[in-house]
Amino acid sequence: MENRSLVTIAKHSKEKILYLLEMAKEFEKKPNRRLLDGKIVATLFFEPSTRTRLSFETAANRLGAKVIGFTDPKVTSSSKGETLKDTIMMVSNYADIIVMRHFLEGAARYASEVAPVPIVNAGDGANQHPSQTMLDLYSIYKTQGTLENLNIYLVGDLKYGRTVHSLLMAMRHFNPTFHFVAPDELRMPDEYKLYCKEHGIRFEEHTDFTEETIADADILYMTRVQRERFTDLMEYERVKDVYILRNKMLEHTHPNLRILHPLPRVNEIAYDVDDNPKAYYFQQAKNGLYAREAILCDVLGITLDEVKADTTSGMC
Amino acid sequence: MKKKELQVAALKNGTVIDHIPSDKLFTVVSLLHLQDVTANITIGNNFESEKLGKKGIIKIADRFFSSEEINRLSVIAPNIVLNIIKDYEVVEKKPVIMPDELEGIVKCNNPKCITNNEPMQTRFHVIDKEKGLLKCHYCEKEQSKDNIKLL
Repeated sequence: MENRSLVTIAKHSKEKILYLLEMAKEFEKKPNRRLLDGKIVATLFFEPSTRTRLSFETAANRLGAKVIGFTDPKVTSSSKGETLKDTIMMVSNYADIIVMRHFLEGAARYASEVAPVPIVNAGDGANQHPSQTMLDLYSIYKTQGTLENLNIYLVGDLKYGRTVHSLLMAMRHFNPTFHFVAPDELRMPDEYKLYCKEHGIRFEEHTDFTEETIADADILYMTRVQRERFTDLMEYERVKDVYILRNKMLEHTHPNLRILHPLPRVNEIAYDVDDNPKAYYFQQAKNGLYAREAILCDVLGITLDEVKADTTSGMC
Repeated sequence: MKKKELQVAALKNGTVIDHIPSDKLFTVVSLLHLQDVTANITIGNNFESEKLGKKGIIKIADRFFSSEEINRLSVIAPNIVLNIIKDYEVVEKKPVIMPDELEGIVKCNNPKCITNNEPMQTRFHVIDKEKGLLKCHYCEKEQSKDNIKLL
């Protein structure tokens, strides 16, 4: 059988991305179905990530699957020195899909090569987190009605932020204009700027973050500026309050602007923004459920047509 | 024209690996696992070379290498030439070609890469042959062949 694992969406075609978004849309219309009735989904979290795990487990449950797995590697045999391969082979005997989060980069790729069942990458170190990218794309698509020709502002930690890098790469099909708003120490790495040039993606860089900077935005994607990323703590003290979004900055922004954040947030979005209709980060997290339902179906070979034709409902 | 004096004895049948940079000679020995070969091997180093200044040369009797084995050498010494000798004559000159993929040769520089934490083979895609740019198949980090570590 062809391995249908989802390790990265960096190589997905435009058609495949739009296809998965269409499928997510079907699940938003009706999240509870029995498409995975009788299936077992294993969630193997070699590093804790409560948010991602709950989202995947909810997706599996709403599709009628049963869930097994672990949330803390300290209680598993990997702490006894078992290799990743052995853990994956063992769990493959029980489960129809393995959703895995790992602290090592490339772990999901390797698992997908040894496992007889599909692997869904729920984050491998600083490398890839495709379901996050899918839900970001879905949130943009849903709020803007299209992915084409948008002004997307990425704000905060653009150096280490895995989500912004994946989003940038996935958006290459859709003629975006990016604005990178970051302090010098955390600016977008050259390899991604090179990627933009190679793929004809327009971008501008800013170090200031003001009402004027974001006046033209369709999407404002906020990330957290973490203290531990700075070698120079003076620099951190200087910039830590610069990249905070406050409600008054949104007054003259476009009506279609939506604010996204991969969460957890600390202080980079002031609480007075939450009640602004342009705040979208909590709905964004909810979209993760639909995106992950689509991903679980796709790796098992369940097609969009089958999802559309499906008349089942309710959980087990 | 006066024939140049041979710096090592001629070989009847086998392979002569020439134009090895002197500092890479023993890496070539280990990449080709010559320490395990039982046939006659002549290893010479620090010979004069017009191209390299100093060069190494290896002659292996009755042994011929597959392209895959030869191309392993490309990451350390792209200008090596292999002369295939049959009955004292050079019947073929094989240049080393950088392959599209390198398996089990190079170590990934990223300590958080799965390949440095699991008993498994490394795998790299050669993304720029001219610049010698490699990309790890697993962690997707890029590295230049100038600062690679061999396994």
